[in-house]
Amino acid sequence: MSARERVAGTVANYVDERTGAAAYLKKNLQKVFPDHWSFMLGEIALYSFVILLLSGTFLTFWFDPSMRTVVYEGSYQPLKEVEMSAAYASALHISFDVRGGLLMRQIHHWAALIFMAAIVVHLLRVFFTGAFRKPREFNWILGIGLLTLGIVEGFLGYSLPDDLLSGTGLRIAQAIIQALPVVGTYISFFAFGGAFPGEVFIPRIYTVHILLLPGIFLALITVHLMLVWYQKHTQYPGPGRTEKNVVGYPLMPVYMAKAGGFFFIVFGVTAFLGAVASINPIWLYGPYTPGQISAGSQPDWYMGWLDGLVRMAPPIETHAFGHTISWNILIPGLIIPGILFTGMALYPFIESWITGDKREHHLLDRPRNVPNRTALGVMALTFTLIALINGGNDIIATHFSLTINQIMWFSRIGIIVLPPLAFVITKRICLSLQRADRELVLHGKETGRLVMLPSGEFIEIHEELSEAKKYALTQHEQPKAIELVTEDAQGVLNPKGIRAKLQARFSAANAENIAKPTAAEVKELEAGHH
Amino acid sequence: MSKELEPLADPGLPEHIHRKADIDPIAAKRAERQVAVLFSLSAFGTLLFIYSFFFIKEDVFIFLPILGNTNAHQLGIGIGMAFGLFFIGIGAVHWAKTLMPDQEVIAYRHELKSEPQDRAEFVKAAKEGAELAGLGRRPLIKRTLIGAAALAGLPGVLMLRDLGPLPGKELEKTNWKSGTRLVTDPGGRPIKASDLEVGAVAQVLPELLPGQKRTLEDIGKDAVLLIRLRPAEFQLTAERLSWTHEGIIAFSKICSHMGCAVALYEQTTKHLLCPCHQSTFDVTRAAKVIFGPSARPLPQLAITVDADGNLVAKQPFTEAVGPSFWERSS
Repeated sequence: MSARERVAGTVANYVDERTGAAAYLKKNLQKVFPDHWSFMLGEIALYSFVILLLSGTFLTFWFDPSMRTVVYEGSYQPLKEVEMSAAYASALHISFDVRGGLLMRQIHHWAALIFMAAIVVHLLRVFFTGAFRKPREFNWILGIGLLTLGIVEGFLGYSLPDDLLSGTGLRIAQAIIQALPVVGTYISFFAFGGAFPGEVFIPRIYTVHILLLPGIFLALITVHLMLVWYQKHTQYPGPGRTEKNVVGYPLMPVYMAKAGGFFFIVFGVTAFLGAVASINPIWLYGPYTPGQISAGSQPDWYMGWLDGLVRMAPPIETHAFGHTISWNILIPGLIIPGILFTGMALYPFIESWITGDKREHHLLDRPRNVPNRTALGVMALTFTLIALINGGNDIIATHFSLTINQIMWFSRIGIIVLPPLAFVITKRICLSLQRADRELVLHGKETGRLVMLPSGEFIEIHEELSEAKKYALTQHEQPKAIELVTEDAQGVLNPKGIRAKLQARFSAANAENIAKPTAAEVKELEAGHH
Repeated sequence: MSKELEPLADPGLPEHIHRKADIDPIAAKRAERQVAVLFSLSAFGTLLFIYSFFFIKEDVFIFLPILGNTNAHQLGIGIGMAFGLFFIGIGAVHWAKTLMPDQEVIAYRHELKSEPQDRAEFVKAAKEGAELAGLGRRPLIKRTLIGAAALAGLPGVLMLRDLGPLPGKELEKTNWKSGTRLVTDPGGRPIKASDLEVGAVAQVLPELLPGQKRTLEDIGKDAVLLIRLRPAEFQLTAERLSWTHEGIIAFSKICSHMGCAVALYEQTTKHLLCPCHQSTFDVTRAAKVIFGPSARPLPQLAITVDADGNLVAKQPFTEAVGPSFWERSS
């Protein structure tokens, strides 16, 4: 035994005698994780969160979350002697007079953008592969919670520097609060300590941004990961992979190295962006004053779709009995996002109700094999994308020589017409892909080699797929429609009535698939070949 | 669903194919060297960071293609830090992919639900616990506990009361009064009709009384935009026309949609546009909304001139400025 091994043994012994961790660690160091690039999307979100904690802590050492008025005396000449809030002045100080300060500010902002992007793409992966199905519904809901909190946290973060752009964003947020029926003005006056902007809001959201929300994030992320760990990761279907096993590499050493390495890669790429790509150059905007604004004011991308919805809302307000309800704010700002997020959170339960499937699922779906779900996802994505495009309508207008009116009308009509169209098209594409899979299994791959038979006939040689490939293309289940029971044998009407009808209807649509090759068909073909 | 639909038997995990480094010691040695080079690149990056941090002055700019004029200090520490981190990551991944075992292993899953016996015992224990506490048998305790707990939550909400004042009529008031002089922003100088040419725009605020200080809240409701047109261009009611002075018309600059500053004036079309959500207002028709999400015109401020010829407000705003709210009556 070398000296090093002896030391390691002693340390392990010392810790184990006090914690009894060895039995647990022995098992978990060997924990198997399946390998796929799409499983790394959630990892990016996790690592960005760590980067946010590190860079954010650095920023707090200098940032002064105060709205008291000061005169800027720092080294950025264009704003010299200008009156501004202490928050803005300290954000300028970080950017120009703290070595590495600007780099850290930019890393922090880039990490936030990447954090949100990774969450969204991770969510799409989980949705389109059906990873949210039983037993992972809780984790899906936790994920939706993290996404929602992420949007809020990001918004509060870029509101802190108190520059002209961030103040404008806060003004809009305040208008949404103020538009709430009955309680709006009260909540707004309490939150802002009086009329907008007041002098207390930035210190208040600072506490929320650096303490309250990160704390909740930490707790939720911990539970999210513990569930992944405990339930074991899902895997893509393929030879040797079943609902009962998990095939992959052990945590120690492969994933320690790969995941640990990946953290450094994500951090490195974020630092690179922070080094070369300017983001949120607050010194160009100037201090906030409600009487000014810069053209082309844009929120960060994860808020852009909400802003786009607000922009395209029709100008409707109700004035009755001495009260005002601003539908032009409430519908795009609260009601539609509320419906979208609630629907998203409930989706696993809705799908399981439609399919009647209450079993555990650990093998992922290929999106084409579940056309309805895939089409629904693309439909929601189309909706959000059009909203996002409209959120940048002023920028698009100037870059592509269009008028804002054209883009606005495209969005207003498109947001109603295009999502259903996307649903239909996606479903057709999925079914075509299923048909192509069926062709591949039964007739093999086209080789492009043409052969002339003695009879003069030309045929193309098809190459048979490997057993593994054939299995991968046919292993999935195809759901059957739930039959509608209107009345039982005794002639008693089904008490579920309309609910049963709806379920039968949805499940019939869900069962629309191209029949995958049956065992008999494959056997017959094999007999023909040999 | 059913197994008979599954046409093909699972052929099982494909055979493991060894990598070059697994069988060829030279390839393994090469991979080892590659990892070492990657880690060394990381160290080089960190050294670049240290050098740039201490020895490149913060006001040195260099010209780079694509990036243009770039601060050398920022770039040096940024690239240094990025390399220092990135190559540790790439090195570790390369190490894992070339030299660590790549044979896939199988672990088995177990259904997550507990054994029926465990579950039954748990339910029984929970029931027994509740029974021992006697909640079911003593409804008085249960009800008073629920009531007390609900009440105990109230102080938590009530204590938030002093976060801010009650709104009262605050949102309906501005500092514009009858006779308040319009002053330029910035500058704070009184303004005469002759200061504005036809087609010109100016932002004005109410003149401060001696000793008064202007807060951002004041600007948030008092900001007014002056626009001068040819009087013939107006299409206003007689009352609204009397609120203008020699073709000068005054509107609240705070958007009636969500409160942004309506700062874009298009001289040719005489439209005011809010850059936030593109609500567009027609100046000639009393800031009527002609496009975008805003549902109300910008409030118009009645103006006239005082004895010295300075523009003054004829009367306060006749409606609340800024975005809508529940208590707003029109």
